[in-house]
Amino acid sequence: MKQYFNAKGKPWLVWIGFALVGVVLAVLPFALAQVGTSWVRITNYAILYVLLALGLNIVVGFAGLLDLGYIAFYAVGAYTYALLASPHLNIHLPFWVILPIGAGIAALFGALLGAPTLKLRGDYLAIVTLGFGEIVRIFLNNLSQPVNLTNGPQGIARIDPFQLNGFSFGTYEKFIGLEFSGPIKYYYLLLVVALAIILVNVRLQNSRIGRAWEAIREDEIAARSMGINTRNLKLLAFAMGASFGGVAGGMFSAIQGFISPESFVLVESIMVVSMVVLGGMGNIAGVVLGALLLSFVPEILRWTVEPAQRALFGRMLVDPEVIRMLLFGLALVLIMLFRPAGLLPSAVRRRELAERAP
Amino acid sequence: MDTFLQQVINGLTAGSVYAVVALGYTMVYGIIQLINFAHGEVVMIGAMVAFTVINALAPAGLPPLAVVLIGTACAVPVCMLVGYSMERLAYRPLRGAPRLAPLITAIGVSIILQHLALMIWSRNVLAFPQIIASRTYFIAGAAITTVQIAILAICVGLMGGLALLVYRTRLGTAMRATAQNPQVAGLMGIDVNRVIAATFVIGAALGAVAGVLFGTYYGLAQYTMGSVLGLKAFSAAVLGGIGNIPGAMLGGVLLGLVEALGAGYIGDFTDLCQYGWLSGAIDACEGGGQFILAGSNYQDVFAFIVLILVLVFRPSGLLGERVGERA
Amino acid sequence: MNNKLSITLIAAALALTGCGEQKPPAKTEAPASSQTAAPPPAPEALEVKIGHVGPLTGGIAHLGKDNENGARLAVDEANAAGIKLDGKNVKFTLIAEDDQADPKVGTTVAQKLVDAKVNGVVGHLNSGVTIPASAVYNQAGIPMISGSATNPKLTEQGFKNVFRVVGRDDQQGPAIASYLAAEKKPKVVAVIDDATAYGEGIANEVEKTLKGAKIKVLPREKGTDKTTDWKAVLTKLRGRKPDAVFYGGMDATGGPLLKQGRELGIKAVFAFGDGACTDKMKELAGEAAEGLLCSQAGIPPQAASKNFLDAYKKKFNTDPILYSPFTYDATNLLIEAMKKANSSDPATYLPELQKISFTGATGPIEFDDKGDRKDAEITIFTMQGGKIEPLAVVKGGRTTPYEEFLKTMGGGK
Repeated sequence: MKQYFNAKGKPWLVWIGFALVGVVLAVLPFALAQVGTSWVRITNYAILYVLLALGLNIVVGFAGLLDLGYIAFYAVGAYTYALLASPHLNIHLPFWVILPIGAGIAALFGALLGAPTLKLRGDYLAIVTLGFGEIVRIFLNNLSQPVNLTNGPQGIARIDPFQLNGFSFGTYEKFIGLEFSGPIKYYYLLLVVALAIILVNVRLQNSRIGRAWEAIREDEIAARSMGINTRNLKLLAFAMGASFGGVAGGMFSAIQGFISPESFVLVESIMVVSMVVLGGMGNIAGVVLGALLLSFVPEILRWTVEPAQRALFGRMLVDPEVIRMLLFGLALVLIMLFRPAGLLPSAVRRRELAERAP
Repeated sequence: MDTFLQQVINGLTAGSVYAVVALGYTMVYGIIQLINFAHGEVVMIGAMVAFTVINALAPAGLPPLAVVLIGTACAVPVCMLVGYSMERLAYRPLRGAPRLAPLITAIGVSIILQHLALMIWSRNVLAFPQIIASRTYFIAGAAITTVQIAILAICVGLMGGLALLVYRTRLGTAMRATAQNPQVAGLMGIDVNRVIAATFVIGAALGAVAGVLFGTYYGLAQYTMGSVLGLKAFSAAVLGGIGNIPGAMLGGVLLGLVEALGAGYIGDFTDLCQYGWLSGAIDACEGGGQFILAGSNYQDVFAFIVLILVLVFRPSGLLGERVGERA
Repeated sequence: MNNKLSITLIAAALALTGCGEQKPPAKTEAPASSQTAAPPPAPEALEVKIGHVGPLTGGIAHLGKDNENGARLAVDEANAAGIKLDGKNVKFTLIAEDDQADPKVGTTVAQKLVDAKVNGVVGHLNSGVTIPASAVYNQAGIPMISGSATNPKLTEQGFKNVFRVVGRDDQQGPAIASYLAAEKKPKVVAVIDDATAYGEGIANEVEKTLKGAKIKVLPREKGTDKTTDWKAVLTKLRGRKPDAVFYGGMDATGGPLLKQGRELGIKAVFAFGDGACTDKMKELAGEAAEGLLCSQAGIPPQAASKNFLDAYKKKFNTDPILYSPFTYDATNLLIEAMKKANSSDPATYLPELQKISFTGATGPIEFDDKGDRKDAEITIFTMQGGKIEPLAVVKGGRTTPYEEFLKTMGGGK
């Protein structure tokens, strides 16, 4: 974080900055709740996307492996939670047991996908991961026969909310004079998880592992000749990225209370890739920005495009959803053409660009 | 037996449409190593344009064949234009960029084309006017329609024509030279940019024809049809050996057969009740019941599994010579 | 670059804290802010908000709009009638929202309605969206009536405030299956679905009913909601010689299925659920569509009570498409329950809604313990001359030919 604040010799400035951000994040849900609790929900989904984008960033941004089936891990996490905490199989484990399990299973899937595909070049890998994502979804959709595991397209309903010693995240409560609705409680939980994952990411980036990933991304053959175990490190990238997706999936499951394979389609994978690419591959702040931007876009469009069209033409000509997808497509193309490192480029990439253009 | 023969006919028809689409992927890949993700959308646009024209001309009383030909004649130039602009605007500026950049751009282009088509032709499934009176012939109990015969013939013709173009003309020689080494080809006086643009345009024209064939065969078109078709055709190209033109044809036909036979027979093979030693252990088998592990519901998985298996075990595909030394 | 960035970031942080600081005063005014949403009632007027949600954008936006029209008509009529609750004149307002047929958007929009303190909700359209959204309404204690969500799960969640006025999949499936069994007397039936919640759900019910009638059902075949090539599956079925084929799925896939089935020379009767019970089948399947059988939950829109049909046509200058008679009834049910309880408070009128007995545009309505409609009607159609024509109405296991049924409806509302 430090590089964004020009606070050399003034550490207090950094702390004030952190404190300010902390206060803002802490009071944000209550401010939003004044406008409407729906905005808290929208923010929660945005944070979920932040988690996903951060997870994918490890694979795409750090290790340079384009994964177009990332949503599969999200699905694995979501289904793990749903199966272990719903009346479907009549198992009700507490969330702090399931989330690690979900992360573990997702990591396993990540390694499972990674192992046979390690030799593949970037674009082949992208296609294989895309196929993998679709296969996972098709299996989830069909594992209702001959033995009903996932309940197929009907989805799993009545998934337990997070509960801790009788404290449920799903219900409304009044606490020291403040009104805590379900979404507000989840907001804090999501925020804590997001901050933890950001912390892990920052530490990772500057660790031996992070630097090794960077080396692999820049030149795999050179990295291997420097003694880096590229196979294990690539697997690790897949597994770690996947585990974050698994955690996010578990939380999605609990917040939503109902999941079905419809929520894990290819478009979602592409959306997360767009977030990472738009914000800046490999840069944590950029990825967070990208995720927040793209998750609020639909809401912004809903508030602007519809009324604007009605005012101008008297009726809706173009769905906001279509405009949103067109913007995604355009953003992907334009970013690649004019700002390939993203809105907030990572320091390494910026350095590279600077070196090239003296 | 008639069932098996029928499945082969089904597979061949679907497979030859895949093959024509796969040619578009493989030509572009062969020459600039780009997975043109948006090629499926070009096919879709071809079908849509043809739909619009055929729909407008259907009541005019022209002979049905002429109407379809006019529709195709309109779809081909539109798709060529789309293919050319795609290359010029989105891919050419990125030549020489890291491999992921053009791939991401291609995804973006695909999304844009799909949603532009949505705005023009709506979300609905468009029903192709059924003007060609399709006659059904029965061969040993297996049905084959005139449309199917026409599709097979047209696909064979297109592939032959393309082979002639690539191996017998100056442009074809230039394309092969560029594919081998663009720098040297440039030194030899070949306008590499023009050759690459020509490749895109030819691929798009083939895509347009494939779109019309698809539309008349199944009788419908929709703005989403390109993505699934594109993925399958891409799998076919990989199966045959991407970058290899005969490979794409072989891959397309094989994939069509795998899908048809797979969907037709997987349920029988995975019915655990037919395996004596297992059926005793499964309650559902009692009284002639069935316990099918995987049925036709996994039909769409075959293309992906083929894709993954080929890429993992034989990345150069069935006919590919150039093994993945370009790491 | 670095500097500029840091400045913007700090500025942004300040701007955000700025918002944050305004918060404490806003917080203490919490009641005030809710008042802006619902202005204090003028001495003699009470505003009652009814929410309606359906997809207003996307592939089935036309159905969403149709649903909304039904609710709007009911609200306008109630306002014209000048209803009084607790001695005050009531002004009903309809808050229409768009859920894009997406479960995630559905819960967000549901929350939006809860924030707006609506007194009742009519919606949503799709089962997959209605189920997660119903949990949001349940938590807020707001009654919700869906006019089109047919998945049985919706009312199996044990929510006391969730109702529906349309038949469930497990009412529609048995209806078409038993009609098929009784009229066509097939010995072997093939069942295909499109592996969506809707298609599989209705196909399962059909299979169950047929098996109950001692008819042999072939192992299930499946496609997807995007499948265009059904030939592999159909060829396999042709070898097993079914007398009838049932497909659970939409017209976009059902049309090609029917066409290809006939091309392969399958002579069986083809039957469909309401997703493929449209005139579009004729366009997609051509001549092959003639004589197909299909069912729709509820009564056909053209059989709804005449008053409703005329009023709808007059107001929106178009005919009802599918479920608008049901959303119209759903809205009227909310209003009726409020009248009975003499209150618009959800907690007060909910008990009245549970035990209501009301005759609406779609016939008499009562709810069972789960919130499902007792004895919902299912209509069986056939394709005749390129149009879907009603054949019979099935209600409570009894089949009435359509002509007779129309006579009973004539005296409706």
